[in-house]
Amino acid sequence: MSFSISLTINGTRRDVLLEDARVTLLDLLRERLALPGTKKGCDRGQCGACTVLVDGRRVNSCLSLAVTLDGAEVTTIEGLAQGDRLHPVQAAFIDHDGFQCGYCTPGQIMSAVGLIAEGHAGTDPDRIREGMSGNLCRCAAYHGIAEAVQDATRRMAAEDERASA
Amino acid sequence: MPDTLPFATRFGSNAGQPVSRRDGVAKVTGTATFAADNHPEGMLHAVYVPATIARGRVTHLDVAAARAHPGVVEVITPANRPLLEGDPEAKHFMFAFRFEALQDDTVRYANQPIALVLAETLEAATEGARLLDPRYEAESPRVGLDGNTPYTVEVGAFGRRGQTVHGDVAAGHAAAVQSLDVTYETPAQYHNAMETHAVVAQWQGDQVTLDMPNQAIVMSRGAYGYYFGIPAENVLIRSPYLGGGFGSKAIPNGPTVLAILAARMTGRPVKLMLRRDQMFGPVGHRGATRQRLRIGIDAEGRMTVLDHESLATTSTFDDFVESAANASQGLYAAGALRSAHSGVRVDTGTPGPMRAPGEASGSAALECAMDEMAERAGLDPLEFRLRNYAETEPGTGLPYSSKALRECYLRGAERFGWAKRPLQPRQMRDEDGMLVGWGMGTALFHAPMFQAQARAVLRPDGTGLVETAAADMGQGAWTALAQIAADSLGLPLDKVEFRSGSSDLPDGGVAGGSGHTATAGGALHAAGRDAIDRLAQIATADPASPLFGAGNKGVTARDGRLFVTDDDSRSESYAEIIARAGGSEVIGTGSAARPPEQAAKHAMYSHGAVFAEVKVDPDLYQMRVTRLVGAFAAGRIINPKLAESQLMGGMIWGISFALHEEARFDARTGRIMNADFAGYHIPVNADVSGLEVITVHEDDPHVNALGIKGVGEIGIVGTVGAIGNAIWHATGHRIRRFPIRIEDLLRAERG
Repeated sequence: MSFSISLTINGTRRDVLLEDARVTLLDLLRERLALPGTKKGCDRGQCGACTVLVDGRRVNSCLSLAVTLDGAEVTTIEGLAQGDRLHPVQAAFIDHDGFQCGYCTPGQIMSAVGLIAEGHAGTDPDRIREGMSGNLCRCAAYHGIAEAVQDATRRMAAEDERASA
Repeated sequence: MPDTLPFATRFGSNAGQPVSRRDGVAKVTGTATFAADNHPEGMLHAVYVPATIARGRVTHLDVAAARAHPGVVEVITPANRPLLEGDPEAKHFMFAFRFEALQDDTVRYANQPIALVLAETLEAATEGARLLDPRYEAESPRVGLDGNTPYTVEVGAFGRRGQTVHGDVAAGHAAAVQSLDVTYETPAQYHNAMETHAVVAQWQGDQVTLDMPNQAIVMSRGAYGYYFGIPAENVLIRSPYLGGGFGSKAIPNGPTVLAILAARMTGRPVKLMLRRDQMFGPVGHRGATRQRLRIGIDAEGRMTVLDHESLATTSTFDDFVESAANASQGLYAAGALRSAHSGVRVDTGTPGPMRAPGEASGSAALECAMDEMAERAGLDPLEFRLRNYAETEPGTGLPYSSKALRECYLRGAERFGWAKRPLQPRQMRDEDGMLVGWGMGTALFHAPMFQAQARAVLRPDGTGLVETAAADMGQGAWTALAQIAADSLGLPLDKVEFRSGSSDLPDGGVAGGSGHTATAGGALHAAGRDAIDRLAQIATADPASPLFGAGNKGVTARDGRLFVTDDDSRSESYAEIIARAGGSEVIGTGSAARPPEQAAKHAMYSHGAVFAEVKVDPDLYQMRVTRLVGAFAAGRIINPKLAESQLMGGMIWGISFALHEEARFDARTGRIMNADFAGYHIPVNADVSGLEVITVHEDDPHVNALGIKGVGEIGIVGTVGAIGNAIWHATGHRIRRFPIRIEDLLRAERG
């Protein structure tokens, strides 16, 4: 049995014919759509390395079956920068050294983008740390990650203010 | 290396700067290609079947069911496994560990591979592996520190001594006015890099390309060549990025070898990526330890004896025993020193080096025992350590190549506010009524060098190219090594191309032991100097050059030009010199290793002091580390930004060791009960706050040409003890088993 779904991934509509209902969104991205930026760390929703945005919400793509996502809008790490211009969260991760090996980084960044959009944490460091605690980092770049999210939140607020002024 | 060459390079323009990671953009945009991101045409997915018993043999696999599953292409079991030319049980080089590659039906530990399924899709391979439904003849497993009869270890991990005695230990015990005899336990821990072990293997005839994370890129060529009966040159290992390593990715293992074998068998590229639960078995771990520490002091609080015994778990079929007791060898000026190791063989995979092997476990026990001794003597723990400060290496009497530990103590203590610490426990509360405790620990890690080679090229356009097969697993090799190379070539960083992470480049040595920057950096430095030396010889011998005849005075290389050393008005660009000489590249080569005579003259260590604050809920006994200040002296720091990150990462590993990590074995099955991130806890972001790192400058003319010691492992070393001691100080309870758990404190509270 095969399944036909249509997704918008990073702004581009993709029609996907799936021959297998067991395919997760993570494995669809990585193994079938040549988007390996999203990483597999545990495959059971415990580490956050596979975090992407689905319809604007952060989800563990390893726990999402692709066939359930017909019509969804998906943003992955590959869709964040605009050409050479990095997203403020990406730039802040570099400035604050919010990663070492870089493997959990796509998930951390997508999670941070989601967290900032949720608007619950603001620039409160404790809330940022709590809100980022679904994303494990074994190198333990947590200090830089928390700083980067705080800084990016400020940068994005300032940009929004400029845009609305 | 003495600085006697007539041609100097200006040093320090790039090194020492807090440059952001050069691979930063690739890593934040998802374009950094990790091994499993590769997907060659026609690739098969491999899934290995892990044993669900810890000891016995496999009696049945339902191969027919697996083969019948749509998409399954091949099932490899001991019955049809093609020949391996090299014996997986052979110890054919220093980093060779015995492993299971389906040589027979024996099960030596849980999660060992017992079959490999290949399929067109990952989903089909996963289902095929499940359908094999193995049956076993199980024997009763041996687990834990009491699982078998201990044996004495003469040679520990990586050739470190198993039994060391300096001075008269019996006399030291007899001379003690006060003494301590305590036993600490540390658990088995698993590296769990976020990127699980992975390989994409592609054969072309008798040549194989392996995309895999690897901490020892060139060395591994020979190892894989051995197993597959091909010369090392026929193996190309590409490891541009490692998603963490921590010691586990330097050593060949069974699943990886099976995937490479499967690619040769099927004639198609094969990808294998371990599942998270499969990381708890065939790819190394830190063995559990039980350590007995006996300390004696005289009336002035000076140690008459430091007697450290360690029992550690290892596998039934190979040898790797944590050198935990050796943590007591280089640090305190005890009158007599003894370190003794024994091992116990249990049904687990073989342990291996895991971030700060030996020292992490050994220091955890030592630093807590030091605190207990200080408590008994009525001394402040820092004062007690200062009274036992070693001016020369205890036991050997060797001078330290450099040792700014005293400054680490003082600066760390000052920053932390240690002077206000009450001597007695359970004296401090915060505004919310939480019990507050302060503890400290000393950090020590040896500063080794391995062997590395490098090549440096000055191109006709005046830019540079440097090459060495170094490994960046997050420590920042791509950046720090390029900084060193740029300085050695007298070029700004953006004028130097740095090629690394591939086995067709000069050998960058092993990324481990905190020695990679010193070793690969040393080779790059030497190669760059060699290239500049050759360029300078061309220029100073050329009558048309403004540098002609400057050989006696020497020239200096900076910003892409050579200058007469004492006359800045006489200079010429690299491009001009090369153009007049015919336009060919100027090529330099270099290598680095520590000469044995140098190693015999000095004791070489990084040092540090860590101060911890914990808060403990007086009703629930939840523990939180609220402040952690580490002051470290590790020679010359090439990139302060990245070094600070690495030290913080190490300190958080210390939090993890003290409060979180532990593999728990089921005594009935021998399986690990918590082989996933829900049960095997590591810190999350909310567990970490109030972290501060201070780096104390050291000039070290002896350790190596660049004065580098390394920062990869020392962060974990003092931190574990500091946290354990802070918990005692907060609660008055001394927990002698890591990780310290809520139930330990509750039990202690109830007496």
